[in-house]
Amino acid sequence: MSMNSVGRPTTPQADTATGGFASLTGAKGLVQDEALIFEMGGWNKTGVDLPDASIHADDLGDLVRTAPIGLPGLSEPETMRHYVRLSQKNHAIDLALYPLGSCTMKHNPRLNEKMARLAGFADIHPLQPQSTVPGALELMDRLAHWLKTLTGMPAVALTPKAGAHGELCGILSIKAAHEAKGDTARKVVLVPTSAHGTNPATAAFVGYSVREIAQTEDGRVDLADLEAKLGPDVAAIMVTNPNTCGLFERDIVEIARLTHAAGAYFYCDGANFNAIVGRVRPGDLGVDAMHINLHKTFSTPHGGGGPGAGPVVLSEALAAYAPTPWLVHGPDGLTLQEDAIGEAAGAFGRMSAFHGQMGMYVRAYAYMRSHGSDGLRQVAEDAVLNANYVKARLSDLMTPAFPEGPCMHEALFDDAWLEGTGVTTLDFAKAMIDEGFHPMTMYFPLVVHGAMLIEPTETESKQELDRFIGALRALAEAAKAGDADRFKGAPHLAPMRRLDETLAARKPRLRWKPEAPASLAAE
Amino acid sequence: MRYLPLTPEDRKVMLGAVGAGSIDALFVDVPRSAVLDGPVDLPGFAGELEVERELGALAARNVAAGSVPFFCGAGAYRHHVPATVDHVIQRSEFLTSYTPYQPEIAQGTLQVLFEFQTQVAALTGMEIANASLYDGSTAAGEAVMMASRVTRRGKAVLSGGVHPQYVQTIETLAHAAGVATERLAAAIDAEDAVIAAIDADTACVVVQTPNVFGTATDVSKIAAAAQAAGALLIVVTTEAVSFGMLKSPGEMGADIAVAEGQSIGNALNFGGPYVGLFACKEKLVRQAPGRLCGETVDADGRRGFVLTLSTREQHIRRDKATSNICTNSGLCALAFTIHMSLLGEVGLRKLAALNHQQAVKTKIALASVPGVEVLTPRFFNEFAVRLPKPAAEVVEALAKRGVIAGVPYSRLDPEAGLDDVLLVCATETVTDGDIETFKTQLAEVLG
Repeated sequence: MSMNSVGRPTTPQADTATGGFASLTGAKGLVQDEALIFEMGGWNKTGVDLPDASIHADDLGDLVRTAPIGLPGLSEPETMRHYVRLSQKNHAIDLALYPLGSCTMKHNPRLNEKMARLAGFADIHPLQPQSTVPGALELMDRLAHWLKTLTGMPAVALTPKAGAHGELCGILSIKAAHEAKGDTARKVVLVPTSAHGTNPATAAFVGYSVREIAQTEDGRVDLADLEAKLGPDVAAIMVTNPNTCGLFERDIVEIARLTHAAGAYFYCDGANFNAIVGRVRPGDLGVDAMHINLHKTFSTPHGGGGPGAGPVVLSEALAAYAPTPWLVHGPDGLTLQEDAIGEAAGAFGRMSAFHGQMGMYVRAYAYMRSHGSDGLRQVAEDAVLNANYVKARLSDLMTPAFPEGPCMHEALFDDAWLEGTGVTTLDFAKAMIDEGFHPMTMYFPLVVHGAMLIEPTETESKQELDRFIGALRALAEAAKAGDADRFKGAPHLAPMRRLDETLAARKPRLRWKPEAPASLAAE
Repeated sequence: MRYLPLTPEDRKVMLGAVGAGSIDALFVDVPRSAVLDGPVDLPGFAGELEVERELGALAARNVAAGSVPFFCGAGAYRHHVPATVDHVIQRSEFLTSYTPYQPEIAQGTLQVLFEFQTQVAALTGMEIANASLYDGSTAAGEAVMMASRVTRRGKAVLSGGVHPQYVQTIETLAHAAGVATERLAAAIDAEDAVIAAIDADTACVVVQTPNVFGTATDVSKIAAAAQAAGALLIVVTTEAVSFGMLKSPGEMGADIAVAEGQSIGNALNFGGPYVGLFACKEKLVRQAPGRLCGETVDADGRRGFVLTLSTREQHIRRDKATSNICTNSGLCALAFTIHMSLLGEVGLRKLAALNHQQAVKTKIALASVPGVEVLTPRFFNEFAVRLPKPAAEVVEALAKRGVIAGVPYSRLDPEAGLDDVLLVCATETVTDGDIETFKTQLAEVLG
């Protein structure tokens, strides 16, 4: 069996329990076996009615595209049906609890969608005169005020387009601050072994080497190891808090003190801000930079993998280096300073064209305003309570990775309890699909064997939590009772069975191509 | 609070099950000095009606593009998006799902990505495409970093026609990573000038067509020169509808093609979220950034799709990854795919022809205004004009008269000494009446 680097099988095993029934057409009940548009669309078909142009591109000569492009079209009803059928093969938050640890899959209010689609936000151009968009600049300013107040930080760079983009922004700010002091000897970024992969990837992407810090038995940064590894070559430390084990870094103030004493900056990965929003301000902990995933804590939709948004709050020491554009309060009201001049002269550069993810700013602001400061505090409390409730209700059957003390917004289990059952973490997770739930995050963090990281979020009711807990308890009991077949072939009831990832990677087919003639196919 | 299902009774029962005396007991690991005793100093919760009022008032202070004659392009384009697109992308199963890491229950998203990759490869004329990046500018930055990895060389040459904010994005990333950049002087029709700047340390040349001044260029000669010197050609396109009329980057020899995909399926949104298109030659795929969706089979032998070649990515490779990227622009890519499926090749070519037609009409109208000189020799749907006054002043004056006239080049590149250059774009959404109004008002402002 193929395994990837974290021991997760990548090839499906032989099926031992199919149930035996198959439809004649490949459909599974109402879930259709849907072709690709390239197999169903017409090369001369279109689903839009457009007039013919009366002026032709004679002036473009040889630049005109004459060869076929290869794009099939569908009529409107066919298009609607194709994509609605495809949608029905997806799990979604709106269907059931989605316990992906570290991803904060919470309810996405539709009010936010409605607000983002107001013509005054959706139908404005990033380069139309600033005098024609005062409301947009005001919205950005209000969002910035909320983010700064909730984090206790003096500045924010709004433009990063995702969490990892925010990390990049924070690390580039840190690099610029060191360079401004003439300190070019710092080539190392410290990252705990439990960190998200984006942390070391970000540091390495901009030329730092990565040095890992050990973790203690109780799942926190090892202070002695940190002290040993800090030195004049260290530019920054990147720590997630609450960390990826779902625990608050108790010594975080001391971590910040040691980091600063060594002349380095403290980057906090804010992926888990949902656990503390309204109750703890990162600015009070000594953080210099932290990205905020608007698509996690502030509920902009994940959209099947994006778009996200990752504004970065910055300390006084780093604020001057924030990337352009800057929102500036001047005599004529709010303006966007788009170039690194004037107040923004210290900016390290630009994260992208234009001004960031306006559509996400509107959604996140609508979410914050709806909750208010009291509601956001309740968000953190309920998220933490829900996770502790799940942990408490499952701890007799499964093994919590850190049984002592409360967790924050995530309950982390290891796979010790599966020993001898013949069932792996992956099998268990896939069996959850048959019970109507999305699997939890698996095999992450890497420091816990066979990790299962469950983040219920605050938008689950007690009834839904109990239903989820009931399903997991039933599965755990089945695993312990020796019903391994249930798990090995899982999922049985999903739109698809387990997919062969090894085959996909060995012979990558990354686009549709017309069927090759038999003579070629035989090669 | 309407988004929070737990009742006070639930909380009491649950705290009991946990064995905690109070909610504070669950936050015991937070240092005492950092505990906030009450809510921070921000307003309290608000109902839907109040939130709608506040945001509605802010939105009403902006001039929506659809409410006036509107001629801005320069990297973001106003096109008509069919109603079907916005309906489908708001379906719960697309809107509220995560990255498709569990393919058995994410075939909807995955099949869309496979269709998207195929459409992008066809549009750009390249062998393969990824599942999208944040936007066109960051895709350009990633392409330069990739070229440096592939060639193991340390310099990128950027033409004077590349969008200045794309240039800044590329420079920010490249300089941080130790890759040098040489940007040629802003030029309306001189993409070929990059050829003279290629040397033995050149990893890539970056050219844009149509460029920021609207000029369309056959880059075949540049491709040949770059490749003869062991460098890669990166072609940037900010207006994806142009692929329906102009020769594709692949047909002209590009090694990597990046584009802003916003034009297809996505609103202006004041600059984001957008969708970056990234396509390249197949032999380069293992150095490519971002997610890739590939075809495979399930345990029953049925065709299905998975995220693949993830050994390039940060969650597996950590500090050895090809990029730190861990998302794509999923929902914007979905909008792109649906709109493109509705258009098909027939619709896309018609749409492109309409864009070109309205731009040609606009050019003819503006050229008739005394003092206005059209600078762009060959264009798709946008072009540059020289005005007898600073363009920024003219744009402000026209905005007061209810016409959004375009983008002053100086806003993008204040140091270039092109203060009198205005970038004008006309898409299919511009009417003949809009063009007439623009012409009349411009004549009055200049007169």
